[in-house]
Amino acid sequence: MSKEWPLWEVFIRGQHGLSHRHVGSLHAPDAEMAMKNARDVYTRRNEGVSIWVVESAKITASNPDEAGAMFEPSESKVYRHPTFFDIPKEVGAM
Amino acid sequence: MDAFVTFCLRMGDNALILGQRTAEWCGHAPVLEEDIAFANMGLDLIGQTQLWYGLAAEAEGKGRTPDDLAFLRPERQFLNSLLVEQPNTDFGHALMRQYLFDAWHLPMQEELAKSSHEGVRGLAQKTVKEVRYHLDRSRDLIVRLGDGSEESHKRMQDALDWLWPFTADLLATDEVDAQMADEGIAPVPALIAKAFDAETQATLARATLTIPETRLRRTGGRDGIHTEHMGYILAEMQSLQRTYPGARW
Repeated sequence: MSKEWPLWEVFIRGQHGLSHRHVGSLHAPDAEMAMKNARDVYTRRNEGVSIWVVESAKITASNPDEAGAMFEPSESKVYRHPTFFDIPKEVGAM
Repeated sequence: MDAFVTFCLRMGDNALILGQRTAEWCGHAPVLEEDIAFANMGLDLIGQTQLWYGLAAEAEGKGRTPDDLAFLRPERQFLNSLLVEQPNTDFGHALMRQYLFDAWHLPMQEELAKSSHEGVRGLAQKTVKEVRYHLDRSRDLIVRLGDGSEESHKRMQDALDWLWPFTADLLATDEVDAQMADEGIAPVPALIAKAFDAETQATLARATLTIPETRLRRTGGRDGIHTEHMGYILAEMQSLQRTYPGARW
């Protein structure tokens, strides 16, 4: 086999009500096989109730070279965390 | 031997020997994903073996454990079909062997899930889900590879030509099967043969593979008469218990 199968990213929902989480990647010739392989590789210890697979090439990722412009500006803006509000007692735990 | 014990041993031995053959791929499959899938399937089958041997041992009432049945019986007492003991040869053979077994195993388990015997019914209701996935996976791969490249088509056709005569042993019947069907414990064999034919004809046609026109029928495994490959499997599988009798984890 001269051509590598494309890479797929696997996302698993661990329990109902939780979000899908990225758990890893695998190789498969198409979506159907990617789903089967994800089932066999990533849910064999009862890890999930739902699987998403997406071809890695279809993911648009942020560029590490642009990390400065992308992420550093928010580092100094602690006021964006909702920790400066006085929460009335009647509200209780949030 | 009691017909029910024979029936349970045949089912369990099929699962054990195919599980052992499948386990031989561990670390050797063509890609990592297939390697893990094959190991999972082998473990499913060995889990099923324990359940069948549990039923057999209980019905037999001689105090033998599932481990005794797996590790201390000689070749002539193993009642698996000849198909499951056939060598791995290449991945095409392994997939085809798995597919042909699954094509028989799923209808069998579906019917056993309605068995008049409570233990058999409970077992099958649990394992039928595993087997449904096995067939789903092996059927998909047979079609992809059969209807794939020139090379993959040739390998799958070679595997089918070699393995097809052994399916006769999977579908063979005797008075044990008749008695199990009479008692409602297991399905009428003709029903399973019909389901097997329908499944294989449709899938192998989709895979552009040709069922060989052969009158060669290899049988005997279900009575303990095996091919030359069986002794090697047992020698490897049983070596630890034979060398260190009673050794435990």
